Amino acid sequence: MPERLLSAAEAIREAQDQAMAADRRVFVIGEGVADPKGVFGTTLGRVEKYGPGRVVETPLSENAFTGVAIGSALMGQRPILVHQRVEFALLAMEQMVGNAAKAHYVSNGAHCVPLVIRLIIGRGWGQGPQHSQSLEALFAYIPGLKLVMPATPADAKGMLLAAIADDNPVVFMEHRWIHYATGHVPEASAPTPLDGPRRRRDGDDVTLVATSYMVFEAVQAADALAGEGVGVDLFDLRVARPLVLDAVVQSVRRTGRLVIVDTGWQAFGIGAEIAARVTESCFGALKAAPRRIGLPAHPTPSSPMLAKAYYPSSEAIAETAGSLAGLEKNRVAKVRETIARNRNDVPFDIPHPSFRGPF
Amino acid sequence: MPESQPNGRDSLDPAWLLGLYREMLRIRAVEEEIAARYSEQEMRCPVHLSIGQEATAVGACQALRPDDQILSSHRCHGHYLAKGGDLKAMMAEIHGKAAGCCGGRGGSMHLFDLKAGVLASVPIVSSSVPLAVGAALAFQQRGEDRVALAFLGDGSLEEGVFHESANLAAVMKLPAVFFVENNLYAVYTHLRGRQPDRPMTEIARAYAMPARHVDGNDVTAVHAATVEAVSRARAGGGPSLVIADTYRWREHCGPNYDNDLGYRGPEEFEVWKGRCPVGAFGADLKARGLLGDDEETRMNRQIAAEIDAAFAFAREAPFPDPASAGDGVYA
Repeated sequence: MPERLLSAAEAIREAQDQAMAADRRVFVIGEGVADPKGVFGTTLGRVEKYGPGRVVETPLSENAFTGVAIGSALMGQRPILVHQRVEFALLAMEQMVGNAAKAHYVSNGAHCVPLVIRLIIGRGWGQGPQHSQSLEALFAYIPGLKLVMPATPADAKGMLLAAIADDNPVVFMEHRWIHYATGHVPEASAPTPLDGPRRRRDGDDVTLVATSYMVFEAVQAADALAGEGVGVDLFDLRVARPLVLDAVVQSVRRTGRLVIVDTGWQAFGIGAEIAARVTESCFGALKAAPRRIGLPAHPTPSSPMLAKAYYPSSEAIAETAGSLAGLEKNRVAKVRETIARNRNDVPFDIPHPSFRGPF
Repeated sequence: MPESQPNGRDSLDPAWLLGLYREMLRIRAVEEEIAARYSEQEMRCPVHLSIGQEATAVGACQALRPDDQILSSHRCHGHYLAKGGDLKAMMAEIHGKAAGCCGGRGGSMHLFDLKAGVLASVPIVSSSVPLAVGAALAFQQRGEDRVALAFLGDGSLEEGVFHESANLAAVMKLPAVFFVENNLYAVYTHLRGRQPDRPMTEIARAYAMPARHVDGNDVTAVHAATVEAVSRARAGGGPSLVIADTYRWREHCGPNYDNDLGYRGPEEFEVWKGRCPVGAFGADLKARGLLGDDEETRMNRQIAAEIDAAFAFAREAPFPDPASAGDGVYA
């Protein structure tokens, strides 16, 4: 039987549908979940199938409906909460940090909060300072929250199913540009364990850890570097909390070099935590200081002229990883040219067709 | 003017009235004992005593079934006990012991008792209000005729999340009750500096829900108003607001009186102390011939014995293993 190709958005919709069909306790709650657009299509048609009692369209009250979802979870329901932009979750930090993350601990295990909080990170088309932030580090900082960042459509489905089945509050961050990516997605309702990174490319020269959408940029960089004989051991982080880095440390012991590229700001970001932990684990194996690639320390500007340099490109990743691995300057330049040629003239502020996979 | 109803007590079951009185005496005695022993420094966490506010806790909880849920705040001792929370587990928690209801992880501000229907207590003002609405949503989704009641203070009405929660509960007709204990002060700041001069019940009109304003020191008036709100919620009529006027006698946090700070006048304090919810109710029961001095003495003796046993239990119970502090972050 030929494997199915789905976009991550379709995969997310299917995961929610299968979970709701299998378990009456599962319901969806948020702003726009029952509207004609259905949160970028990811909840489309569900209210018709399950009714407004299980596809709960809420008033514009982010902190309250987060608390409501937590309260229902304390009573044994399994809510999937969604914000169309991560920024709206800032209004609900009090409930997420104060109640969701602590109920199990404070109650000495008597309470569970089986809650999924889907947060969508925007990017491109001039969305600017308050519609395209990558705030994952804020959530990763909180003990008691899990933080999942899928890149591939198969993970988007499998990890969402696992998040729904998890008895903890799970922040499920969807980069808007992974919604478009396609890949083979199993039809069965099979959770993918939230157990740590997956290797996406093999190599012996440099270890590269990427999160969410940056995995696709990193794949472009790794493939171009392979053409010049640089082997990149590329990991898709998948789960930022709890952070499991055994495979990454093993890889760094072999390569001696580490580059981290994440979707957020570089300073105080997830890359900093990974660099620190790997360094603590295998300092002696490092041949060079770890390198972090992330966003510069300013808000996301809207104008294309201001935003062009804001997001690290696959060229930048290739240059950092290649140089670290000792690739000569002229060959680094060749790698950059290869990537640029593959990119053609597609504007930087829309997803490149080549990022659609399948990967 | 708040509603009170001592004249309506004639028709009420005397045994039930004595039960209300006993429960208020018990809560008062527990907190007086905490205050008396606090300086021994065996209870090493903040305590927010509700001495003077016993009628709201007892009157409201008497309107609920055991499987209904309450949510409380930092000032949760009275609510927890009135709903049937385990006294030994509460005292052990305040002493930081493993046998505490939170295993020593929460302290005085996080009391809960799953069996008794005390779902959670949360010390950030209004933070537990949406949790109550969420419990109500779960009941509605599952077709259960249970009710969730949130205890909140006057300060909660200034928090955005209260208004968000009230609006959401009203739109979805959820079986929730917002029970406000108006004790006039947010720590040291009087209500008049925090809210415009209008009846708090008017807030309910914004959310198209009924509201009642009761004398929060009159336990049967509190009960009657809460019964109305709970019945409406249980019948699918949606949420209600109850405003109950009462007064905190001691400091916001801690065992002492703090009138020396000057944020409230001695006249005001004496007026409210004269309206003691426990003493006034006891006097009324005696005047009606329902309560004799011997009966009251017997009640006090039983309560004192229970409290002594709970303190002894808490003091002798082992502390949690220090190595377990990092356990249970995740389920």
